[in-house]
Amino acid sequence: MHIPDGFLATPVWGSLDVAAVPAVGLLVRRAQRGFDESKAPLLGVMGAFVFAAQMINFPVGIGTSGHLVGGALLAITLGPAAAGVVMTAILAIQALVFQDGGVLALGANVINMAVAGVLAGYLPFRYWGAGKWRKPAIFLGAMLSVLVSAVLALAQLLISGVAMPASVLGLSLALFVASAALEGAITLAVVQALETIQPGLVPKPQARGSFIRGALASAAVLLAVVGVLFASAQPDGLEKLAQNVGLSSQARVLFTTPLADYEAGFLRSPWLRKATAGMAGLVLIYAACVLFGRVVSRNRSS
Amino acid sequence: MHHVVLERWSRRESTLHCRDPRAKAVALVIFLVIVATTHRSFAGAACAYFLLLVALLVWARLPLLAVLARAALVLPFTLVFALISVVAGDPHRALLLMGKSYLSALAVLLVVGTTPLPRLLRAFESLGAPRFLLMVAQFVYRYLFVIAEEAQHMRVAAASRGASASPAARFRAAAGALAVLFARSYARAEAIHRAMLARGFEGRFRLLSVLRFGWADAVFLLLAVAAPLAVRLALEAGA
Amino acid sequence: MKSPLIEVHDLHYRYSDGTLALDGVDFVLYAGETVALLGANGSGKTTFVLHLNGILAGEGSVMVCGMPVGKDTVAAVRQKIGLVFQESDNQLFMPSVLEDVAFGPLNLGMDRTHAENRARLALEQVGLEAAAHKAPYHLSAGEKKRAAIAGILAMEPETLVLDEPTTFLDPPGRRALIDLLAGLPQSKILVTHDIEFAAALAGRAVFFDRGKVAGEGPTGEIIRRFGWDKSSHRSAASCSREG
Repeated sequence: MHIPDGFLATPVWGSLDVAAVPAVGLLVRRAQRGFDESKAPLLGVMGAFVFAAQMINFPVGIGTSGHLVGGALLAITLGPAAAGVVMTAILAIQALVFQDGGVLALGANVINMAVAGVLAGYLPFRYWGAGKWRKPAIFLGAMLSVLVSAVLALAQLLISGVAMPASVLGLSLALFVASAALEGAITLAVVQALETIQPGLVPKPQARGSFIRGALASAAVLLAVVGVLFASAQPDGLEKLAQNVGLSSQARVLFTTPLADYEAGFLRSPWLRKATAGMAGLVLIYAACVLFGRVVSRNRSS
Repeated sequence: MHHVVLERWSRRESTLHCRDPRAKAVALVIFLVIVATTHRSFAGAACAYFLLLVALLVWARLPLLAVLARAALVLPFTLVFALISVVAGDPHRALLLMGKSYLSALAVLLVVGTTPLPRLLRAFESLGAPRFLLMVAQFVYRYLFVIAEEAQHMRVAAASRGASASPAARFRAAAGALAVLFARSYARAEAIHRAMLARGFEGRFRLLSVLRFGWADAVFLLLAVAAPLAVRLALEAGA
Repeated sequence: MKSPLIEVHDLHYRYSDGTLALDGVDFVLYAGETVALLGANGSGKTTFVLHLNGILAGEGSVMVCGMPVGKDTVAAVRQKIGLVFQESDNQLFMPSVLEDVAFGPLNLGMDRTHAENRARLALEQVGLEAAAHKAPYHLSAGEKKRAAIAGILAMEPETLVLDEPTTFLDPPGRRALIDLLAGLPQSKILVTHDIEFAAALAGRAVFFDRGKVAGEGPTGEIIRRFGWDKSSHRSAASCSREG
């Protein structure tokens, strides 16, 4: 799920890098609270924990095993902003030191895993974590975090024109669902074990969460995921929308000017139009996530 | 272990090792952008870029074959998509995927193999990345291997005990092990915080390292950007 | 009579779960002294020393160099009392040895040049000048302990407090640590299980038992009185008889 360099089209990785900057800035501001840097070691050590945790194998039965990804676990125990910062740091180190994920693609990976994945992992717990729906909330959150990151990555690849016949697409989705379910099971098992050895480590969210809001939030995330997948697999529909809204012609002008000197021929290709239209969709969904996040955080602090 | 090898490479001596990390970081990003936006005549361009990187590797006195092999770690993942592209009738894309991902990994290795990671993080901070985020990354790097070792001990202990137990039991045991590792890591963070307080920490890290950008760094940056750009423009002119 | 460097009266401390960790501890330390704190695990030794530099705050009086340890004095106190923690990995948290040793001086407000000079001097004192640019991960246990001590020496404290310093050291490492500490002029508090280490360095010993001071006197006498010159599980038994 870590996208290497060379896979994404220029408008895709470019705009995701641009989108990631304010997103990460927001996460850092919320996680840091003012000028106090004393939480940096805690977040760093828990980031090292996530790395190390990937060495511990969880048997799935038929001779295979999986491991913890960790976004949801971090979100539940440290809070979503801190979890986002930890995941971003992890992704940077994975890209630089382990060549796991590209450097230009870092923005995409950060949006997929540190922003969307963490948020999706946290939402069910935020609303259902205090009551009798706590266990399903943890499972669902962890599942959604992996599913959302994977689907977003897949969508970005599709929009970039990476070939994916229907059979491969179907297989990928099946694998995503399976690994998402595994993440749910592992995260729930670890949280339960944690509560036995040191209950203070797993905070209780405010009891003000309602079942309806939680259900709505999870449904929204699922819808967004399905929507993104459909849109990216069939960019023509989005393109028509973009044309109607007058977006794609404006986009073409934007991209022609700075790159005209040495990429003129490339720009008039039909796939750039597809890519821009698909990007418009992604940007809209991203904006929705950010707004949603703001609403959630305002609820928390009030 | 991966990052130990990189540690050793990055602490060697060469002219490239001594360059300001900001120059290397900026040169890296520009190089990556040039590679990423190359589409036509990719084969020729890729060879030229590759030779450029090899020349720098030799100049940096890094073990050439080891670095080339390490960059190839990206290939298995890329190969899957490349094969699908070929089968779907788009061999050019397969070439682009393999070439670009490999060149990118090689370029990153060149920079990280000649710059200790904490210094590279300092460069990103100087270039505008949020300081808090980079401090977190610094601590992740510092304790990466320490906690991985703890995890390794737990893995060995668990394996020697429960090889014959049912998958469900082993699953629960693994979850228990992770929970213990989590709690220990949290306690370690508390101990580190106390150690910081004991030496007068009052909320803000004051750092010793200072980055000094000199003439040699400016020349390096200029050349490092000009070379791939020249390749690119030459190909555009020729095409 | 000279005034004490450290003076503790009737110190009480409860953990957040209600357990009483310290139950009325009195303690005095004079300049130039080396005192060993002995006692079973959980007897309160580490909890006690964490009060000396204000990391924990309990009820009772803790005076360091004539200052009561409180919010306004804590910065000054932490310069005077240098605490070396049990696990060196948690103390050497910066990317290189030099940067770590300079952490204290930088926090004291020194500029970079002075802080670096102080750090290099401290590294010389412990014999680690050559390791200045190494990452802490690459040091041996003995080198890590010396680097941690250098980090404290760089702040020029009056008292060194070491918590179980010989835990991860092999016999040669232990010997080297004893030699190093014997050569330092500061007064020292050694929290330890290591009888030979305590006997080699400390003139006086204080025995902790379940949050109280169960005995105090010359090191050899305390070791014998509480049966610590024999096996440790016997000392627990003798504690309950005398406690």
